[in-house]
Amino acid sequence: MLLSINGLGKGYDSGGARVEVLRGVDLALDPGETVALTGESGSGKSTLLHLCAGLDRADTGRIEVAGRDLAGADDATLAALRRQAVGLVFQQFNLIPSLDVGANLAFHARLSGRDDPAAIAALADRLGLGGLMRRYPEQLSGGQQQRVAIGRTLAARPALILADEPTGNLDEATGDAVLDLMLELVAEAGAGLLMVTHSPRLAARLSRRVHLSGGRLA
Amino acid sequence: MRRTALAALLSHWRRHPLQLASLLLGLALATALWSGVQAINAEARASYDRAAEVLGQDQLESLVPRDGQRVPDRVFVDLRRAGWQVTPLIEGRWARAGRAVQVYGIDPFTMPAGALPEAVGESGDISGFFTPPGRGFAAPETVAELEGAEGLPPLIAAEGIMPGILIADIGIAQTLLRAEGQISRLLLAPDQPLGRAPLETVAPGLDRLAPQETADVAQLTGSFHLNLTAFGFLSFAVGLFIVHAAIGLAFEQRRAMFRTLRALGLPLRTLVGLLAAEVMLLALVAGIVGVALGYGIAAALLPDVAATLRGLYGATLSGSLSLRPEWWLGGLAIALIGAGVAAAQSLWRLWRMPLLASAQPRAWARASARGFAALGALAGLLAGVAVIAGVYGQGVVGGFVLLGALLLAAALALPGALALALGAAERLARGVLAQWFWADTRQQLPGLSLALMALMLALSANIGVGTMVASFRLTFTEWLDQRLPSELYVTARTEEEATRLRDWLTPRSDALLPIWRVEGPVFGQSAEIYGVADHRTYSDNWPMLLGEADVWARLARAEGAIVNEQLWRRAGLRIGDPVPLPGGAIRPLVGVYSDYGNPRGQVIIGIADLVAQFPDLDRRRYAIRTDPAAVPELRRALVQEFGLPEDSMIDQGAVKDLSLRIFERTFAVTAALNVLTMGVAGFAMFTSLLTLAAMRLPQLAPVWALGLTRTALARLEVLRAMLLAALTMALAIPVGLILAWVLLAVVNVAAFGWRLPMFVFPADWLWLGALALAAGGLAAAWPAWRLARIEPATLVKVFADER
Repeated sequence: MLLSINGLGKGYDSGGARVEVLRGVDLALDPGETVALTGESGSGKSTLLHLCAGLDRADTGRIEVAGRDLAGADDATLAALRRQAVGLVFQQFNLIPSLDVGANLAFHARLSGRDDPAAIAALADRLGLGGLMRRYPEQLSGGQQQRVAIGRTLAARPALILADEPTGNLDEATGDAVLDLMLELVAEAGAGLLMVTHSPRLAARLSRRVHLSGGRLA
Repeated sequence: MRRTALAALLSHWRRHPLQLASLLLGLALATALWSGVQAINAEARASYDRAAEVLGQDQLESLVPRDGQRVPDRVFVDLRRAGWQVTPLIEGRWARAGRAVQVYGIDPFTMPAGALPEAVGESGDISGFFTPPGRGFAAPETVAELEGAEGLPPLIAAEGIMPGILIADIGIAQTLLRAEGQISRLLLAPDQPLGRAPLETVAPGLDRLAPQETADVAQLTGSFHLNLTAFGFLSFAVGLFIVHAAIGLAFEQRRAMFRTLRALGLPLRTLVGLLAAEVMLLALVAGIVGVALGYGIAAALLPDVAATLRGLYGATLSGSLSLRPEWWLGGLAIALIGAGVAAAQSLWRLWRMPLLASAQPRAWARASARGFAALGALAGLLAGVAVIAGVYGQGVVGGFVLLGALLLAAALALPGALALALGAAERLARGVLAQWFWADTRQQLPGLSLALMALMLALSANIGVGTMVASFRLTFTEWLDQRLPSELYVTARTEEEATRLRDWLTPRSDALLPIWRVEGPVFGQSAEIYGVADHRTYSDNWPMLLGEADVWARLARAEGAIVNEQLWRRAGLRIGDPVPLPGGAIRPLVGVYSDYGNPRGQVIIGIADLVAQFPDLDRRRYAIRTDPAAVPELRRALVQEFGLPEDSMIDQGAVKDLSLRIFERTFAVTAALNVLTMGVAGFAMFTSLLTLAAMRLPQLAPVWALGLTRTALARLEVLRAMLLAALTMALAIPVGLILAWVLLAVVNVAAFGWRLPMFVFPADWLWLGALALAAGGLAAAWPAWRLARIEPATLVKVFADER
């Protein structure tokens, strides 16, 4: 099992009141499986993703990533997990603005010690970024930036990819193209993918779809 | 992992070279001013040590005349015959045609081993040393300075001798100093034979003194060096504002990067460690540049400092600078410490920042009113410290604590005060553009507050020090007019010539006033004791700070003494207190007079009283009262009649010129540091405006879109900077005046022993205000120019980026 979530609970204090965002979420994801996570705005999709990445801590329940329990893990352990086993794709791309495309693509791979220049060059070509390697993020379109963000994650060859509305900032055609590419590359890498999306159309293209509502998965 | 992350962090600077330049330059300038001052201080300390080592005076005991006068050669002979292992020494200042040197005359045959300068011993021609014309040994730079000077023996350059000193055979030196047959003191060999006759029997007029310590001159000049250090520290603090602003901005701009790095698996501890390493790396680079710049500053200022120390304290300082490890290592250390202090807040914020915190830059540029209130509270606390230091603080250090706390309190209170003023203006504004302008200016305040604080520090220091110097200059000039009423001053070459001179001058002048003095301990301090004639020159021109109505008459009747302000303060005297004179006589204190620029204590008694107490005193110097128009003719007649050399006579104008020149050089260093501090503050404002310019686009784009041209926006940016500079200047004036008062009434008294009246010079403020406006305008000019020429597409992109 690549990702195992059992009885996950998470709440926030908001305006003096406690808001329970997740109430006993259970989810399992196997290697090679792609899962779409849908739900209303504010339903806790991003929170669930952050908890899976070890960016935040659960109030209750248990999360295991690649066999490692995240509860009680210290900052260094969680950081190591993100470096080695988890890849994150953000809606806002979150590229390093001061590094060019080539350096951004290789960045996560270098952090995880899996830098392979030849593989990254090939990946860049497949992502259509071969001619843009010396450019900086601000010189790219939104679609190009998201392809760099996806490439950065895939270049590190993580077992689990967590994507938070990766096409949310792109127009429909560009978004479709980016998703096609991502799914293709994820399938080749044999990685698991948990992707947050608002779009039923995009969700339908993944192997499984789960819907978050009222803090629980349906 | 670390290398990849560090490369990513450093890549920020590659993409923001201007920010990097402002950080490096800010830190380099701060380090330069600090280490420059430290270099001067280190050089001075080394010079004092070397001065004390001259002829082994730091090692050997000496026998000195109790009355401060020289003793005849026969005292030396008597002592040697009585078994004392002593060597004679004469010292004095030789000056001619504007060139001067401190002359030491020694006897090479009786000098204890180790005390004889190596160069003299190694010269191999000892007979040439004492056979006329003899030889003079001096430092190479002194030999160069004295080249061609008439009347000196052939000079030999020798390393290891303090600059400004000439060592010659005692006989040669006695001739040079016109003191034939006289010696200043005797140095004692470390080992003395047993059974020698007691000192009181052989030479009852001599006292035995412990080896000379550097403490005297070091203590005397300590306050001057503390003054320099305080200025260096002020400049450093102003520079740190730039560094703090640049580091803070760089951290805020990289918040998104930090979040991404952590999301990609970089542990927080590693991230903070890498950032700290990055700051230290930058600090090291800036520190090296700063130390090099500091060397340049010190080398440029050292001649003025040397002149100041010579003029004020009689301390000799080498005019050249050595690369001393203690100050360049200190310079690097201060750069690292400064950068660490400047970065500490940002690193702490990062340490506490939740991983999922907003990646938008905010804290640095958008501090809240709560932030201003916190700064205001800190300012209040520091103001309290200033008050406590003012009431309970003592000495120069207490004065500088008061100054430091006051300046920092004013700087920290500035953003809040400006916010209040801008808020009031906003409420009073009627037009929509004016309202937006005031509101927008207030919004910019947090981002500019550090630069404005730096400007405030520089302006108030400028006003404070400027007021102090100008007050000093005014008082000093008036005082010189009072103290130098005589038209001509003349020094005879011998006592016999002095007698003839007196007879010749008496019928040819309105009055002939002796300037006779001795030196000796008064209240445990070395002091000068002068005698004054009973003449209205003194009663008409010499005002008393404290004193009885018939001061001069009482001096004439040998019924009292007056002392200078320095001695009065140091000894804590009151009118009527007994003043013990060297030799045992006691006179009641009848008056206190100001004596600016003199570090030593001074006592004045009646001339007849002085002669009665010290019958062997030097009587060669006179002041001549005459018609000023007759002075040139009188000088010519004195040359014709007596063959007096020109440098034996000095007229009133020349004395005043010389005094004022010394005065101006004294404050040349302060003025230079003042200008440099202003420059650093202007640079702080420039870099802040420049780095803020990019962050301003989201605020300016909507106004542009609503119909204001880019040129109009650019003009408003310049106006805003000038307005903030003007407001800062307005607030700096009262702070500067308080600063001036503290300098005059607290620091000066503690440092030099005299208090000066304070005068205000509003015209100087207008000039400084114009400078501040120009600094603000110039600092905003380039960012505004860039704004005026910005592509509309760049502004449109602001809307495209909004989500």
